[in-house]
Amino acid sequence: MSRDKKEEYEKELLGKCRKDDFKTSSGIPIKRIYRPEDIQEFDYEKDLNEPGKYPFIRGLYPNMYRELLLHRRLGMGYGLPEQANARFKYLYEQGGQAGYSGAATTTLYDGPTNFGLDSDDPLADGEIGKMGVAIDTIDDMGVLMDGFALDKTFNNMVLYDSGVAAALLAMYIALAEKQNTPINDLTGSCLNEPFQTYVCQKCSIFPLMPSLRLCLDIAEFTIKNIPKWNPISVYGNAIRESGGNAVQEIAFALAHAMAYTEMALARGLDVDEFAPRLTFYHNVNNELFEEASKYRAYRRMYAKIMKEKYNAKKRHSQMLRVFAKTSGVALTAQQPYNNIIRSTIHALAALLGGCQGVFVASFDEALSIPTDMAATIAARTSQILIEETGVADTVDPLGGSYYVESLTGEIEKRAWDYLNKVEKMGESMKFGSKMLTGVIAGIESGFFEGEIAQTNYRKWKDIESGKRVIVGVNKYQVEEEIPIQLMKVDMEVQRVKIERLKDFKQSRNQNEVEEALKEVEKVAATGENIMPTLIETAKAKATLGEIINVMKKVFGEYKGVSCSV
Amino acid sequence: MAQRRRIKILIANPGLDVHDAGARYISKILSDAGMEVIYLGIRQTAEGIVNAAIQEAVDIIGLSILSGRHSTIVPRISGLLREKNAHDMKIVVGGIIPHDDIETLKKHGVKEIFLPGTPSDFVVDRIKNLIAN
Repeated sequence: MSRDKKEEYEKELLGKCRKDDFKTSSGIPIKRIYRPEDIQEFDYEKDLNEPGKYPFIRGLYPNMYRELLLHRRLGMGYGLPEQANARFKYLYEQGGQAGYSGAATTTLYDGPTNFGLDSDDPLADGEIGKMGVAIDTIDDMGVLMDGFALDKTFNNMVLYDSGVAAALLAMYIALAEKQNTPINDLTGSCLNEPFQTYVCQKCSIFPLMPSLRLCLDIAEFTIKNIPKWNPISVYGNAIRESGGNAVQEIAFALAHAMAYTEMALARGLDVDEFAPRLTFYHNVNNELFEEASKYRAYRRMYAKIMKEKYNAKKRHSQMLRVFAKTSGVALTAQQPYNNIIRSTIHALAALLGGCQGVFVASFDEALSIPTDMAATIAARTSQILIEETGVADTVDPLGGSYYVESLTGEIEKRAWDYLNKVEKMGESMKFGSKMLTGVIAGIESGFFEGEIAQTNYRKWKDIESGKRVIVGVNKYQVEEEIPIQLMKVDMEVQRVKIERLKDFKQSRNQNEVEEALKEVEKVAATGENIMPTLIETAKAKATLGEIINVMKKVFGEYKGVSCSV
Repeated sequence: MAQRRRIKILIANPGLDVHDAGARYISKILSDAGMEVIYLGIRQTAEGIVNAAIQEAVDIIGLSILSGRHSTIVPRISGLLREKNAHDMKIVVGGIIPHDDIETLKKHGVKEIFLPGTPSDFVVDRIKNLIAN
């Protein structure tokens, strides 16, 4: 057939279709059918290669899930530390907190903890233990981890602000030392992603520069002292959940990762020391093929960036280790049981995409923190997928598909366009390396936020017009009262927590606390790494709020940016 | 007939919850519908919201709440409005509000509660109606 005839034929077929255009959620046009010509310039060795080999598109390890199942870490945390601990134990028994060997948790903290406020702070009133567990002290940390040997537990501490991450990691390390656990055996991560907290979650406590310094203090300290700790987990999940699309999710996260790398290099760390410890915490959403392709493109880009741009020599420096959270925003408050089906497909995308870990959302996530029943179903979801369906029995099952390879290439191309744009924004600045200054310029000008907000607005417009179908929301609706049981956290939690904090403060040596806090103030004002001082302060029984407040004196406070509508 | 001035509405996320996508979306929708929207952002206290509302002389305060914080923050805001003689300002709430709490919020003077799935045209209409009546 001639080219013209082909086009005419495609047009004719499109005329008979149920919609007039087919696009992925990030706007990539989808063709009727994909053929060899769609991956014409494709070179197996260069573009794909074997799993475990550069550019790692088919997977980080030769055996992938045939050897090591991925981490199945359900997000966990509510109420008092002992309540969260009981849930942790229950989920561990159910296989919902499973690492490569032993327990692995994704611990979620409440609003006050993430803003560095103690439970007795007036601003914390009404929010203690509501959206996560409330932690103020080293004793709280001990109760939270009771029954779990710290050297045998992978602890993913979801702490957004770097100051809070530094203070709670210090409590965790101090707890290990108190229990005579060698700290170089600790494994886990502490999120610690200041760029993200400026772009998406706006829960920064300090201005950007001191936040970045604390972020790197954590990285430098753990690289030297806790070699298996992941000090920075680039949080693409928030880019997606605040409304960005699949391309923006990986492009902006890569820009952040590059900026952190440039900061680490400027501090005198070697790229082959830093890059192997960098991890990624991302999202899986509704469109199965786009999501799986996204992770494949992501691995190839990261490998290229580390090898070609930063001259990383070690294989581990070029390997993008990624933990995927199935979307909460894609879940609906309407007909909530439908969410079990959605999360299953999201988790399948994480497996097909070759992720190292998955956190399956509970079906009641759109409504509240999970009940035991909802969390158990979430644990079963990945178990059924992995152990019953055979999807984990071969490596990269989608590799070589004309469609998936073409989509992978297109996502990559669009993500590079974004990265080039961000780098350009950095050129106008007179100091520093380009991607770092580009990211800072992008934050300060509202570029990232604006791009995400526009995508989010279009998405919801399409949902409201019915162009994008969400079952139970804009199609197949029913009259319903929410039929399920919701998890409610009692106000009693707040009373007990405040009482306990009072007792804790009475039990300590006040002079020691004041001395330790003075030391924090002193070190904060110099350029010295703050982690050793914070660990001593945690041992002296200073609270999270006290530590953050003394740092505020030196660093000042983030006042927020005015939000344009 | 003299043209009424634009409806002025303040939107805020009270408390420490960082889920702001809904508040941002509805701010844009109301602004596209011709209203003057002041979006305060996250981390707002009752005092901060009421002070801003009075300073800006808004007609309506819109609160986006998904955290369960509604049961403490709404009574505090309506109390402050009464104290400051600004009880003619109307409160509307959007977000995750359990059925059992709806009546209580209405008793505290909340005029409209928009639950998940409410079409945005409906929100615009109800807000216009609130001012027209």
